[in-house]
Amino acid sequence: MRRLLGFVIGLVVALLLTLFAGENPWHIFLILTKSAFGSMYDLGLTLSYTTPLIFCGLSVAIAFHAGLFNIGAEGQLTMAVVTAAAVGVLFPEVPFPLAPLVGFSAALLVGAFWGWIAGWLRAYRGSHEVIITIMLNFIAAGLASWFTLKVIPNPHSQNPETALVSANYMFKDYDLIARLFPDTPANASLGFAIVFALLMWIFLWKTTWGFELRAVGSNPEAAHRAGISEKKMQMLAMALAGALAGCVALSEVLGSAGQYRMGFSPDYGFIGIAVALLANNNPLGIIAAAFLMGALHKGASDLDLETSTITRDFSRIIQALIILGVAAQGYWEWMKKKKRRKN
Amino acid sequence: MELTALFLALLFATLRLATPLIFAAMGGFMSERSGVVNVALEGFMLSGAFVGAVVGHQFASAWMGWAAALLIGLCVGALYALFVIELKADQIISGMALNLLVMGLIPFITKILYNSTGSTPALLVEDRFRVEPLVMALLLVGVLTFWLYKTRSGLWLLFAGEHPQALLASGVSVRKVRWAAVCASGAFAAWGGASLSLFLASSYSPLMTGGRGFMALAALIFGKWKPVPAFLACLLFAFADAMQIRLQGVRIGEVEIPVQFVQILPYLVTIIALAGFIGKSRSPKALGQEGF
Repeated sequence: MRRLLGFVIGLVVALLLTLFAGENPWHIFLILTKSAFGSMYDLGLTLSYTTPLIFCGLSVAIAFHAGLFNIGAEGQLTMAVVTAAAVGVLFPEVPFPLAPLVGFSAALLVGAFWGWIAGWLRAYRGSHEVIITIMLNFIAAGLASWFTLKVIPNPHSQNPETALVSANYMFKDYDLIARLFPDTPANASLGFAIVFALLMWIFLWKTTWGFELRAVGSNPEAAHRAGISEKKMQMLAMALAGALAGCVALSEVLGSAGQYRMGFSPDYGFIGIAVALLANNNPLGIIAAAFLMGALHKGASDLDLETSTITRDFSRIIQALIILGVAAQGYWEWMKKKKRRKN
Repeated sequence: MELTALFLALLFATLRLATPLIFAAMGGFMSERSGVVNVALEGFMLSGAFVGAVVGHQFASAWMGWAAALLIGLCVGALYALFVIELKADQIISGMALNLLVMGLIPFITKILYNSTGSTPALLVEDRFRVEPLVMALLLVGVLTFWLYKTRSGLWLLFAGEHPQALLASGVSVRKVRWAAVCASGAFAAWGGASLSLFLASSYSPLMTGGRGFMALAALIFGKWKPVPAFLACLLFAFADAMQIRLQGVRIGEVEIPVQFVQILPYLVTIIALAGFIGKSRSPKALGQEGF
C-alpha cells in the first residue's frame, strides 16, 4: 500500500513539473492515459513495452534477492539481442521449430555469461557489482555497435541495424497475441514473460537453490554458517539475472523486429529497476508493475506529438520520481517525528 | 625529439582528461568517507556540466558557469542527502534514481530554454577555461589530504564513516557531518561536470559524462578511499581515455582497429583495475550504515 502511495506521489510530482513548461498537469495526465490505453493499437504498443520490462524487472529482482544490485540488465539484453540476430543471420538454414529455439538458447547463454562476469568478479575479486555492470553496459554497447555496423549490417537500409534473420527464426505464424494487436510489435513473448515470472516465483520460494539464494541476500552470515556458498549463489544470481534480461531477445528479435536495431531499447534495463522496486521484487507483482511502467512509457513517448513543450525524455523524470517516491519509505517516520515535535 | 613531443602531448592530454575525474573522485571521497555510498556522482556531474554551460554561455564567462555549477552541485547534493539521510531511502537506489532524474530533467529544461533537446549553445573559444580547472583540481587533492588528517573537522568526517557511535558520543552530530559531506560531494562532482563543458569542450552535449561518475567511484575504490591514491587512479583512467582518442583510426598493417574497440578501452581498464586489486582496498567501516 505504501508502495502504491509512493508511486502516486512520484507521478503527481512529475506531473506538477509540467507547470514549468506551461502545461496543464491534468491535461498531460489525460494524454498519458489516452495514449497508453486509448485504442487496441495503443494497448498493443503498451504491451510490447510491458514484455521486456517484465524480463528486466525479473532480472533486477533475482539479483536483489541475492543481495546484489544489477544495473547491467541493459548490457545483458543488448548482448543477447545481438546474439539472437547474429545466429539468425549467420545460420539461415536451420529449420523452423529448431531455429527459434537455437536463437533463444544462444541469447540466453550470452546474456547469462554477461551477467555472470559481474557475479564472478563480485564473488572472487570483491569488485562492486554496480560499477562493474555499468562498465559492462558501455562495453556491450560498443561491441554491439561494432558487430552491427561492421559484421552483419542491413544491406537494404541506412539505419544502424543488423540484417534481418531468416524467416525460420520467427514464430509470427503461430502468434495469437500478435494477431490480436495487428500492426504493433506486441507478440506471444508476453505469455512467455508471465510464465517466466511464475517459474521464478516457484524457483525462489519452492526450491532449495532459491532458498539458498534468498538466504545469502537476506542474512549472509547465517547463510554462511548453514554452509551455503555465498560465492556460488552470487554467481548463480547474476547469471540468472543476465539470462532473464537476455529473454528480451525473444520479444524483440524472434517475436517482432527480426533484427537488432541500435537504440531499440529505451533503457529497459533501467526502467526494470523501477519495476522491481515497485513490486518489492515479487515476481508476480512485477507483471503488474511492468504493465504500469510500460503504460507510462508509452504515454510519455506520445507527449512528443501531443504537446509542443514536453518530449519523450519526460518518461525518465516520471520513472526517477516514482523510484524516489517508493524508495523513501522513511518518509512516514519522518512525518511522525515532525508531528511529535509540533506537539 | 619527436618521441618527447609525443610523450608530452600525451601527458598533457592525460592531465586535461583527468580533471573531471579528479573532481568527481574527490566528491565521492567526501560522501563515502562520511559513510554515505554515492552512485549519484554521474548525476551530480551532469547537472554541473549542464548548468555550467548554460550560465557560462549566458554571461559569456566560464567563471560564472563555474559558480553556477557550485550552486547546483550543492542543491543536488542536498536533495540526495535529504533522501538518504532524512528519508532513509536505500542509498544505491536513490543514487541511481537521482541520475535518472537529472538525465530526464536536462532535456526537459533544454526544451523550455532553447526549444531543442540537443546541445546547449557553445561558449566562444576565448571565454573557455584554459588550465584553471586542472590547477584547481590538483589543489583540491592537496587541500583535502591536509584537511582530512590535520584538522578537527577532517577527523569528524573520518569518524562519521568509520565509527559513527564514537563521533556521536563526543557530542558531534553524525547527521550534520554527513549532510555537509554529501553537499560538498555534490559541489565537487558538479565542478567535475563543469570542467567537461567549460574546459574540455565548450558546451553541454547530451550525456556527455559517459560514465565518468562511475569511473571516478572506481578510482576512489582503487585508491583505497584516499585522496592521493585516488588521484593517481584517475590519472590511469584518463590515460586510457587519452590513448583511446589517440588510437582512433590507427592501423595495424592492413587492418584498421574498429573504433568501437578503441572506445571501450577506458571501461575495460576500469574493470581490470577494480578486479585486479582485491584485499588491499578497505572501505570505510560504516559505509552504507544508516540511522544517525
